[in-house]
Amino acid sequence: MIKAYNKIERIKGSIAQVKAEGVFLGELAQVKMKSGGSTLAEVISFDGDRVNLQIYQGTKGVSTGDQTRFIGKPMQVRFGDSLLGRVFNGSGDPIDEGPEVMEESVDIGGPSFNPARRIIPRRMIKTNIPMIDMFNTLVISQKIPIFSIPGEPYNELLARIASQTDADIIVLGGMGLKYDDYEFFRQYFTKSGAMEKTCMFVHMASDPVVECLLVPDMALAVAEQFAVQDKNVLVLLTDMTSFADAGKEISISMEMVPSNRGYPGSLYSDLASRYEKAVDIDGSGSITLIAVTTMPGDDVTHPVPDNTGYITEGQFYLHNGVIDPFGSLSRLKQQVMGKVTREDHGDLANAMIRLYADAKKARDRESMGFRLSEWDQKLIKFSVMFEERMMDLGVNLDIEDQLNLGWEILASCFGKNETGIKNEWIQKYGKWS
Amino acid sequence: MALEKATGKIVAAQGNLMTVEFTGIIRQNELVYVKTGGQSLKGEVIEINGNLAKVQVFEPTRGVRYGDLVEFDEELLSVELGPGLLKSIYDGLQNPLEDVAKEAGYFLPRGMYLTPLDREKKWSFTPMVKAGDPVERASYIGWVPEGVIEHKIMVPFRFQGKGTIVEIKDAGEYTIDDEIAKIKDENGNVQSITMAQKWPSKFPLRFGKRRYPDQPIITGSRIIDGPFPVAKGGTFCTPGPFGAGKTVLQHQISKNAEAQVVIVVACGERAGEVVEILREFPLLDDPQTGKKLIDRTCIICNTSSMPVAARESSVYVGTTIGEYYRQMGLDTLLLADSTSRWAQALREMSGRLEEIPGEEAFPAYLSSRIAEFYERAGLIENVMGDTGSLTMGGAVSPAGGNFEEPVTQSTLAVVGCFLGLSRSRSDARRFPAIDPLISWSKYFDRFGETGDDDLKKKVKIIHKAQTVLKESDEIGKKMSVVGEEGISLEDIVVFLKGEFYDSVFLQQNAFDKVDTTCDVNRQLELAEVVGTVIDTKFKFNTRDDARKFFVDLSNQVIQWNYTAKGDPDYKVQKNAILEQVRGEKE
Repeated sequence: MIKAYNKIERIKGSIAQVKAEGVFLGELAQVKMKSGGSTLAEVISFDGDRVNLQIYQGTKGVSTGDQTRFIGKPMQVRFGDSLLGRVFNGSGDPIDEGPEVMEESVDIGGPSFNPARRIIPRRMIKTNIPMIDMFNTLVISQKIPIFSIPGEPYNELLARIASQTDADIIVLGGMGLKYDDYEFFRQYFTKSGAMEKTCMFVHMASDPVVECLLVPDMALAVAEQFAVQDKNVLVLLTDMTSFADAGKEISISMEMVPSNRGYPGSLYSDLASRYEKAVDIDGSGSITLIAVTTMPGDDVTHPVPDNTGYITEGQFYLHNGVIDPFGSLSRLKQQVMGKVTREDHGDLANAMIRLYADAKKARDRESMGFRLSEWDQKLIKFSVMFEERMMDLGVNLDIEDQLNLGWEILASCFGKNETGIKNEWIQKYGKWS
Repeated sequence: MALEKATGKIVAAQGNLMTVEFTGIIRQNELVYVKTGGQSLKGEVIEINGNLAKVQVFEPTRGVRYGDLVEFDEELLSVELGPGLLKSIYDGLQNPLEDVAKEAGYFLPRGMYLTPLDREKKWSFTPMVKAGDPVERASYIGWVPEGVIEHKIMVPFRFQGKGTIVEIKDAGEYTIDDEIAKIKDENGNVQSITMAQKWPSKFPLRFGKRRYPDQPIITGSRIIDGPFPVAKGGTFCTPGPFGAGKTVLQHQISKNAEAQVVIVVACGERAGEVVEILREFPLLDDPQTGKKLIDRTCIICNTSSMPVAARESSVYVGTTIGEYYRQMGLDTLLLADSTSRWAQALREMSGRLEEIPGEEAFPAYLSSRIAEFYERAGLIENVMGDTGSLTMGGAVSPAGGNFEEPVTQSTLAVVGCFLGLSRSRSDARRFPAIDPLISWSKYFDRFGETGDDDLKKKVKIIHKAQTVLKESDEIGKKMSVVGEEGISLEDIVVFLKGEFYDSVFLQQNAFDKVDTTCDVNRQLELAEVVGTVIDTKFKFNTRDDARKFFVDLSNQVIQWNYTAKGDPDYKVQKNAILEQVRGEKE
């Protein structure tokens, strides 16, 4: 039975109040505007017969005489193979030129995965980017953000990782995207041929703020459905700071007590319940989640990156167009380094980072005008080669070639006994003549 | 108590906070079940006003309608106690997650509550009393073997006054629901006793006399057992920014600590971290008993994506289980990772209740809740005269790594030991990244007085080493300003001695199979070597001589740390180290 009500009692922020009976929490309603058009809304609370609705398109122009119809089901997303190659908005409506999608609907924000059924992740994801594969290896089911600041090429990096991995399905969730960014992703995926296996949920910067909150849930609900059908799914979420800001805007308009810099007390749980969807299902598919978190003021202690860091399994720092080798960390790399990859991988990578750290100090000494020792000069030579041949995001090599390149660089800068790497590996893989 | 259970209906709802109009008698913190859409969702009464009660529901509340039926349960949120708790993995409401997975597959369905303990399993019971014996609550009446421990079956904790055993079953195989005894109470009523019982999780479970914690619990981590030791029955906290290695540290302690029962509460953290325990502990040997680690472990797991309200409950469930085993005269250890997530759960609920917020929007009662929680730790002499302990350690995840925030500060006010992890130490790869300059332990000086001779000796050496470390840090700071040339050779040596102590004693390699844990004798042996080095006056001529000597010496000692005690090289290496020190003596 569909119930319709013809009066809206109260409008504030994105919330409208209607007197209605028999509705349930999370129920979806359609608000038909007198001025034409309609918008979806969700029951977020009720007190007696006073029902508070969150209007997805915002309350701008909503009139007290608009009609509200309760649909009797919660927010859902359509799911099926025909989603691939398509683009949707935060309400799940197509925004490309394609037809309506005729598929089964599934609930969004579903139950969480039983920890007792999780397995220790151990499948590597190859990106062919040395700063990832070699130094901070990605693992299937990992959840990891790119910490960056506006102006850095984080979307380019995301698109490149997505195109170069062998994921079965890519689901992109865009929050607060500029039109240019959206076009960039679409064109990049079309050119690289990844579009056929990609499904996009996009909230543009100018779209209503409530839709921004829905994007990750939509994207992850679809990803989860693919994953239980044995598909390895890569989910890209950009930018999670926009998502958190949308949550802030809405919670403040609902007069909730803010906790830290205006963000709601539930910020951690809100982020975690999305990130924790990442999973490797034993004997079936998987979800790997790479997100972008732009740090306001380049401040890692800002509540969004700070809470994110406690949730995710490491982070990539994107600074000055390169992945910073020091702050970046993949917490799952130990699961695959030297086990799935070649045995010298871990030691070689550690030695190179340690030498690069020393080289940074040598460079400081150089810039301060101190006299450089012979060792300092070796280090500086190494750092230049390391930056040009490994750190540059343009480098595109298979992991085996990355390791060989690492040994070559070491051999051309240092003596055999100067690197501090186990003799066994030097004998076996070293490039000293 | 009311004869009939109260009922009510939902009149308002927001998030997981429900307002219920009820008839009958209800009590604060009573359990309720919200009947909605064919499911039954567990909740708890948190506020009562007239005929309206506010209820926090432990599950997602999507689909709840005006008028949905609510049943009040009379019981408070309780933990079921009995044989079979060890090796289990529970959620924050003591739902057995393995069984849930068997029933429901990959995902956690809403409203599914299974019994925490196995009803079918037979336990081999041995009686410890006979008919006619006087008993009281918490007296032992028998025991069953559970893993490596003797699980004592006790007179239910709710039993009032003195009682007499009327009947006790012979040794044999029983399930936890089988009657094993009949006890007559003071009023002449005969009660039937089984091996399982319930206890409300928010009430401390403690029968016996409290004792002063004056003996250490050995964790196998030198930086803890050395300068920042924890007492059996004591409390500690490990605050640190993300990436500083809190979780690795907690895992290390849970593996190596000399406790008979370890309870790991994963409270609002990553599910992946629990998985490592789940998958590794069944394979790892317990260094004390030779059995598998999982045999002494109970896991409470309410990870970050699981319902927030149950997260609050999870730490109490874990604590109650710890107290239960303590009551049998066992040494138990509870590790909660992280108490900040628990505090955040309190904050979320407080916000919904529209309470006046305190600092950073945490409720004003935050510090008293934290104090109550840690006060449940302690050493007790139980009613049978046995001594048991519950040691509690909480990880804290301060926002931005800043220890000034309310959760860290409230915790520091009540714990006995503060192990502060720092980003600068983890960046410098000095693990465990416990900062030896900011951490403290109130037990350290206590052990200097109450410990055995070995412990007293160790405390004395470490005390000296810590002083040198502080001086060394000062000198290091000076050096970074004026350069090495501006520092006297004497000071350089102090600096190097401090660094030496740091690198060979405080730092420890969790990934080396020998160095990962260090037993108490070995710690003393190493401390004595460190003490000798610190006390020695060296005859260096130049700074380079000194530096080279200490680099060399540190390397040797680290290699020695990697050498197993049974290895013939162990003695040889130690002598070489001492020889080297003597060689440079003035």
